[in-house]
Amino acid sequence: MNALISTALSGVVMMFAGLFVSNKQRIKYIAIVVVLACLVANLAELSTIEAGDRTLYGMITVSRFSILFNAIALGATLIFFLLSGSAFENVGEHVADYFALVFFILSGITLASTFSSLLMLFLAIEIISIPQYILAGSDKKTPKSSEASLKYFLMGSFSTGILLMGITLIYGATGTFNVADLGLGAGKVNTLALCGIILVAFALSFKVSAAPFHFWTPDVYDGSPTVFTSFMATVVKAGGFIAFIRIFHGAFIGERISADWQLLLAIITAATLIIGNFTAVFQQSVKRMLAYSSIAQAGFMLLAVVSVNTYATQGIVLYAAAYSIATIGIFAVMIKLKDYTFDGFNGLARTQPVLAVTTAIFVCSLAGIPLTAGFFAKYFVLTAAVKQGNLLWLVIVAVICAAISAYYYFRVIIAMYFKQGEAETAPITGGFKVMLIITAAIVILLGIFPGLLLQLI
Amino acid sequence: MLTVLLILIPLIAGLITFGLKGSGPKALGLIASLASLAVTLGALFQFRTAPASLQFNASWIPQLGAQFSVGLDGMGLMLCLLTSISFLLIFIVIFNREYERANSFYGLMLLSQAGLVGVFTAYDALLFYVFWELALIPVYFLCSLWGGEKRIPVTFKFFVYTFAGSLLMLVGLIYIYLQSPDHSFSYASFTNGSVAPQDQSWLFWLFFVAFAIKMPIFPFHTWQPDTYEQSPTPVTMVLSGIMVKMGLFGVIRWLLPVLPKGAYMWSDVAIVLSIIGIIYASCIAIVQSDIKRLIAYSSIAHIGLMSAAIFTNNELSLQGMMVQLFNHGINIIGLWIIVEIIQQRLKIRNLNEMGGIAQYAPGIAIFLVTISLANIGLPLTNGFVGEFLMFSGLYQYNVWFMAVAGLGIILAAVYTLNMVQKVIFGQSNALTETTTDLKANELLVLSIIVVIILVLGVYPKPMLELVSSTTELVNKVY
Repeated sequence: MNALISTALSGVVMMFAGLFVSNKQRIKYIAIVVVLACLVANLAELSTIEAGDRTLYGMITVSRFSILFNAIALGATLIFFLLSGSAFENVGEHVADYFALVFFILSGITLASTFSSLLMLFLAIEIISIPQYILAGSDKKTPKSSEASLKYFLMGSFSTGILLMGITLIYGATGTFNVADLGLGAGKVNTLALCGIILVAFALSFKVSAAPFHFWTPDVYDGSPTVFTSFMATVVKAGGFIAFIRIFHGAFIGERISADWQLLLAIITAATLIIGNFTAVFQQSVKRMLAYSSIAQAGFMLLAVVSVNTYATQGIVLYAAAYSIATIGIFAVMIKLKDYTFDGFNGLARTQPVLAVTTAIFVCSLAGIPLTAGFFAKYFVLTAAVKQGNLLWLVIVAVICAAISAYYYFRVIIAMYFKQGEAETAPITGGFKVMLIITAAIVILLGIFPGLLLQLI
Repeated sequence: MLTVLLILIPLIAGLITFGLKGSGPKALGLIASLASLAVTLGALFQFRTAPASLQFNASWIPQLGAQFSVGLDGMGLMLCLLTSISFLLIFIVIFNREYERANSFYGLMLLSQAGLVGVFTAYDALLFYVFWELALIPVYFLCSLWGGEKRIPVTFKFFVYTFAGSLLMLVGLIYIYLQSPDHSFSYASFTNGSVAPQDQSWLFWLFFVAFAIKMPIFPFHTWQPDTYEQSPTPVTMVLSGIMVKMGLFGVIRWLLPVLPKGAYMWSDVAIVLSIIGIIYASCIAIVQSDIKRLIAYSSIAHIGLMSAAIFTNNELSLQGMMVQLFNHGINIIGLWIIVEIIQQRLKIRNLNEMGGIAQYAPGIAIFLVTISLANIGLPLTNGFVGEFLMFSGLYQYNVWFMAVAGLGIILAAVYTLNMVQKVIFGQSNALTETTTDLKANELLVLSIIVVIILVLGVYPKPMLELVSSTTELVNKVY
């Protein structure tokens, strides 16, 4: 609740900041302070829900889990601002507006983690999406950015329509929007409701770029300004997943009904894993590779959606944190480089050792090497799927894909460490290096003691 | 506590080494490996008096039932001894060599030592997995940074191969973890036999493939010759002397006791694959002209025999195999040291271009002959004890298996003696005439190796006693 209000207000604050503050550096600092304030406000709510979850007018429910997830989203945004906040200036004039849009997206994410009515789900998805269309097209100088925006908008509105259709069908079958009252699990499966569930699954698959609804992802991520791609591919995607897991594990649950959508989602998961990982192998640009890697990682997160157990909910939180932090870190380094291809990373270890070491840690985390946060993230989603019992085939597909992912992630390490070259970078400040080191330290800390995060759930 | 120290010494020394300059890394590497050896000897002493004190448990991830649980049994102790002796010998041999970015080189070497010791001491399945992966990463960097011309694709293949195998094992670990009644990764709950027999059948393969890639046995061996050839020789020593033992160790510690029925079900297949590996690798070794590749293939053949011996379900054979873990490590490192010495002096690896070294460097010749004979398994050398026990076990399991595997001895004699002949005897040429004899540090290292070879060849009893406790334990559940 606090998070929702504070992020929405912060968006307004940032818009006004654009009016009164002309110094762009200062706007960045304001944004950092404001996101910190949101984080504190969010955590302050923990004490009020100790007695139990708090529901407001049947529309949103604040739980310990939602607060924790909001904290991760806000924390990742804080890291994002600290690492890449200065890059906002390179996109265009209206720096404060970009920050405001990011805060609006965050308020959508906090809604996605708290909704208890299907209407609120719809609102959450829309609030997340619309600012993204603007951010994708914010670079007015390149036509690619406008193309990305238009593509994203057309495809996005189409999928929103499908989501609405799904919600309507479910309403028709059950007569309520309230997640807790749907009662789909009991008794005979209603065909109307099943159609609705399938449509919701398709729409959300689109939002988290699961195959075969992923075709917009590489173009949009590649065309958008890199600094916004970094945010869209991480925090926003995690927000999509929290909506996904909450609606499917919270409402569409039951002996018969789960089996019906589980097979469908299992197939989507397998397709996402295979397409994402295999296509990433053939990319020559690190930015495009990361776009496909985001599809591949979505496949792993979908494993948690498919498996209904406590490992899955723990896993999605850990995965969202591990994946977001690592990807934001890589993007932050990439923004500083002149050349976004793999060759552009050649010899980075010699020219900028700190950047190379931290990037290597982030890449290892994405690949799931032990002692990084990414390992335990993968561990949990795999455990969730193994626990499910009938999904072992999917687990085997997933681990083979994880081995393939090591191939393209390690190409970055090979370029940085083993290839000759003079990777050119923009000037690197000491503060940026310190931030990178802190971020990498968080990745390793969570990789050695994941219990730090798990005990909060 | 000593066990934790064994992991911490190389780990901390390795991390410090990254920040050192000049000859600091060398010195610290030597000091750390000496300290490790001292601690290992201390642990060896404590193992006789108070073995329980070598166990160490600390809370790690309570939510998962994973503990930081390390300990040493006879086999673990023997492999830790092998690790610390090998690293000390390697550091002495390369003491007068100058590596580019020496701090990173020594740092990564020490980190890989920490990972290896971790693998040999872990008594918690998740911890074992973490160390298993960690031992790989520094070696990957070592090979890719200081290796030969084709190092990048070759070591990349090695990395992806072993990573894929490890992930399969992870799935197996998770499955068994979920089956265990108390949801724990501890060794006790893994070995209490809670896995259903029909599950053991397929779980076996998840583990076996991971271990088979590491050993490597046929048909998972294709990464090995290229990697051995392209790696810098000190790293090849670590790879072939110690790292391949991780696979064999894994089978004994984490496969036989955890999935006894699975292992029993598939023992024929595993042995047949191992024996194919012996014959196949020996035949290829005979036609190799590159000395590094020849030794690489000979290593596949020797490992094949050891992995066949594991699955014979025979106490003697298992005991012989464990002793051979140590002896093969010492012998193969001895061979690599000689290769390194020759390569340093002559800058060639092609056997056909060598010859007549015995006249100019009799020291090299003497040591090469001795170590080669140990590698074949001649009586009175350390290689003989293990091979004899393994063959006797294999004989009891199936005479025909033993007969085919026995061909490996003859083939080993063919390629090893052929190598010895081409390197040190025959016509010398302009290049080999320039060979200088051993330096003091090389002489010291090779002498230590030969002493170990002869002592353990004549009096293997202490080694056999050391591993007997592990053998009994494995046989009880298997």
